[in-house]
Amino acid sequence: MSLNFNEKWQKHFDLLSSSLFSNLKSEEDLNLNLQGEDSTFLRFNQSMVRQNTRVEQVLLSMSFQGSGRRVQFELMLTGDLENDRNLTSSLLERARSEVQALPVDPYLVPMKSNGDSVREYHGKLPLAADAIKMIAETTAGVDFAGFYTGGPVLRASRNSKGQKHWFSSENFFVDYSLFTKNSDGENKAIKGVYADLNWDQNQFSKQLQSSQNQLSLMSRKSQLIKPGAYRTYLAPAAVAEILGTMSWNAFSLKCFKQGLSGFKKLYEKEKSLSPLFTLRENFDMGLCPQFNQQGEMAPAQIVLVEKGIAQNWLSSSRSEKEYGIAANGCDPEMLRSTEILPGQLPEDKVLQELGTGLYLGNLHYLNWSDVPGGRITGMTRYAGFWVEKGEVVGPIQDLRFDESLYQIFGSELAALTREQHIDPSISTYLQRDLGGRKNPGALLNKMTFTL
Amino acid sequence: MLTLSIPIYEKLPNSLDLRLAIQWLTGKADWIGLRLYQEITHQRGARNGHPDENQVSFDRGVMVEVFHQGHFGYCGTAHLTKAGLELACHQAKQMAEAGAKYKVADFDLSAVRPRSVGHYRSPVFKNLDCETLGDFSETLRLASLKLKVSDQIVNAIANARLVETSIHYVSSDGSDTLQEFLLLGHNYAATAQQGSESQTRSDHGGVASCSQIGLETWDRAEILNRCARIGKEALELLQAPNCPSEKMDLILAPDQMLLQIHESIGHPLELDRILGDERNFAGWSFVKAEDFGQLQYGSKLMNATFDPSVPGEYASYAFDDCGNPAQREYLIKDGLLVRGLGSLESQFRSHLPGVANFRASSWNRAPIDRMANINLEPGSSNLKDMIAQTEKGILMEANMSWSIDDYRNKFQFGCEYARLIENGKLTSVVKNPNYRGVTVPFWNSLKAVGNAQEVEIYGTPWCGKGEPSQVIRVGHSSPHCLFSQVEVFGGVQ
Ligand SMILES: [Zn+2]
Repeated sequence: MSLNFNEKWQKHFDLLSSSLFSNLKSEEDLNLNLQGEDSTFLRFNQSMVRQNTRVEQVLLSMSFQGSGRRVQFELMLTGDLENDRNLTSSLLERARSEVQALPVDPYLVPMKSNGDSVREYHGKLPLAADAIKMIAETTAGVDFAGFYTGGPVLRASRNSKGQKHWFSSENFFVDYSLFTKNSDGENKAIKGVYADLNWDQNQFSKQLQSSQNQLSLMSRKSQLIKPGAYRTYLAPAAVAEILGTMSWNAFSLKCFKQGLSGFKKLYEKEKSLSPLFTLRENFDMGLCPQFNQQGEMAPAQIVLVEKGIAQNWLSSSRSEKEYGIAANGCDPEMLRSTEILPGQLPEDKVLQELGTGLYLGNLHYLNWSDVPGGRITGMTRYAGFWVEKGEVVGPIQDLRFDESLYQIFGSELAALTREQHIDPSISTYLQRDLGGRKNPGALLNKMTFTL
Repeated sequence: MLTLSIPIYEKLPNSLDLRLAIQWLTGKADWIGLRLYQEITHQRGARNGHPDENQVSFDRGVMVEVFHQGHFGYCGTAHLTKAGLELACHQAKQMAEAGAKYKVADFDLSAVRPRSVGHYRSPVFKNLDCETLGDFSETLRLASLKLKVSDQIVNAIANARLVETSIHYVSSDGSDTLQEFLLLGHNYAATAQQGSESQTRSDHGGVASCSQIGLETWDRAEILNRCARIGKEALELLQAPNCPSEKMDLILAPDQMLLQIHESIGHPLELDRILGDERNFAGWSFVKAEDFGQLQYGSKLMNATFDPSVPGEYASYAFDDCGNPAQREYLIKDGLLVRGLGSLESQFRSHLPGVANFRASSWNRAPIDRMANINLEPGSSNLKDMIAQTEKGILMEANMSWSIDDYRNKFQFGCEYARLIENGKLTSVVKNPNYRGVTVPFWNSLKAVGNAQEVEIYGTPWCGKGEPSQVIRVGHSSPHCLFSQVEVFGGVQ
């Protein structure tokens, strides 16, 4: 009988790691980390298949420590035990010679066991042929461009001190856009994501229908909005996009110490955000493993900003060694599973509270425009509307904003919605990402648009 | 002596022979292509005089491509045995059959998979086995120390990224191309800090210094000289006033032109974007099919090429990933849009002229339309004359921030370092220089282009696109360029 993806790789990892650990000499340590997936990728344009690909890939990271130095290797495993034993033992030999050639690493953290854990999420996913049929047929007649990804994803970590973590999830998402032309002949679109562990055709159809309803608002005449400052509502997906940009460097201890932080003034208490704003890492959402590549467990929650005041950094054990501030299991020091706590504004009162201003469903291509100043720029995209007296007038032509985070989540933040939306990561660069965000929408007294 | 080279695959018994593998599979489908992609990426770095990163990644696998009823199905595998490839071929065929009923185009195989045979190699004189790990690491360590010209430099990094890639492509109808690359990238950056202000200066921007060349260019003395200058300029920025906010003439250095070309010429001209494939991710394009041969994209001084033939440029190659021989083509000639960045598949679908740019980031992704080397061709001016003819303007160097809308119209870019130009002379250094504009009016405001002697070649390993997403290497060369009356501004006051 054939083993499924998880069983096959668990067994392979067992055999490979025990032979590597048994070859270590005294004073040598080895950490092994596994990132794998068996993925079906289906890309659609106008409800038709542009490209479809199946990929099985399992990447092993080896972190070797000896003589006060560290060397790291990554190896795409073949799945053939003899080949993988050959390749990894060549790398172990190489690591031994490299540590003799490199200078001593003063920030090396001695390896230890970070315990063990198992977390498995099982799903019910369609076969590729069925997924193609359901998506193509459900979306026929709409201008649908979208992307289905599904299959098992795994993360595992072991080290020579006995640590043993396993995380796996069988999940899928359909990330899509629906297009129309409005009465001015301009392209207009709305965005949606259907993501879960179990495919439910009714749920997909229902969600698509609600997207189509939203699209009909986009077919109205465009409102030409001049650059300037406007009262603005950022829907949860737009807020999540801002979190994505902040993830790079805003909360990292290392970035703070190295002069690269977007929130330097926040952590130095020179500035604060709104008392409405509380942000934390929350691993209880189950979107990603609580252990990092070193196998270190983060606490279930890490409060980064509480009621507008900076509390903790994301900090790795390497940063702890260098800067003397306690680590909290974050390596790399980036947001993984982030939550902004909700506010009081009911979602169905958003238009009324907005009154006259901009309703922005999504943002696009954000970047820092002044890192020490905490200012970011980006574009509106998809569902952006001009609203007057609580009524949608029509879609806008996309605008560029350039605004400080101390304004967006600080002085100009009027309210957060009572409801939070979950936004699982759908990134597929190099490999399928895990993690995500859970956050409310944000009503701002004003936001600055420049182009 | 321990050199940089780590030949683990050469030591494997029974290594895969792709020419044999295609024989195992021939007959299992109407047409089969195999692309063996092997890449070894060395990342070595030092920070503040200590080792920071020493990581080498070994990636190797085959993408199996099966043609069935006008559609291609793909399956990627790293299991490079006969059984592994047979399974992948079976799965690729399943994908082709499942997709064929709902395919976006009914491809004619001979139009989109030419039969090609050939070999390409990067122009390399010194390989990775010519340098010891000890010497290489020491250069990086010394470089990071050299950057630290003062206690105000709180962070000094020196890192190098060496990539050895080989792409072997064979097909059941006789294609056989082998391309071997050695790619060098490096960065040296200093961050200066005082109070709550901090400023970073790097070597032409964080990722721009990359080329396809051997270690003959790796020269410790020259690197250390460069680092001393970078450290000094970081301190200059720390003391500098903010960039003013007003309309003025703008000279972009080649290390910012690379980004300007990339975002506002390269991406909007990709035919798969114009065809709508990318609409759900990176976006569509303001360029429409009917614009080719019609749209005055820029002023008469603007000439842009797709040029995979420049020796040493980061994305030079001889064949793309469907075996199409690559050659230089004008995309924009005297400001007029003439050709798009579209592979044979996009050309088949759109009936527009294109280029050989069907490229995958690795064995685990299907190829899509990508940039390669997109270059702004030289003109007849030079930097000295451009400064002299500018009454009020600014010279910006080294990209730091980039953002543009999903149709590639409204952009905003930021640079590391700038100097004001007053009455034909360079004057004070200013920090946080940014500018914004709209693509076509911006390129139509191009009023001087430097000559061939002043062309500089850069690139980046990090161009992102596609579903599933892919990062790919691109090259961009340009001289300095002068644009009139651009909206320029600084950081938070
Ligand atoms: Zn790009």
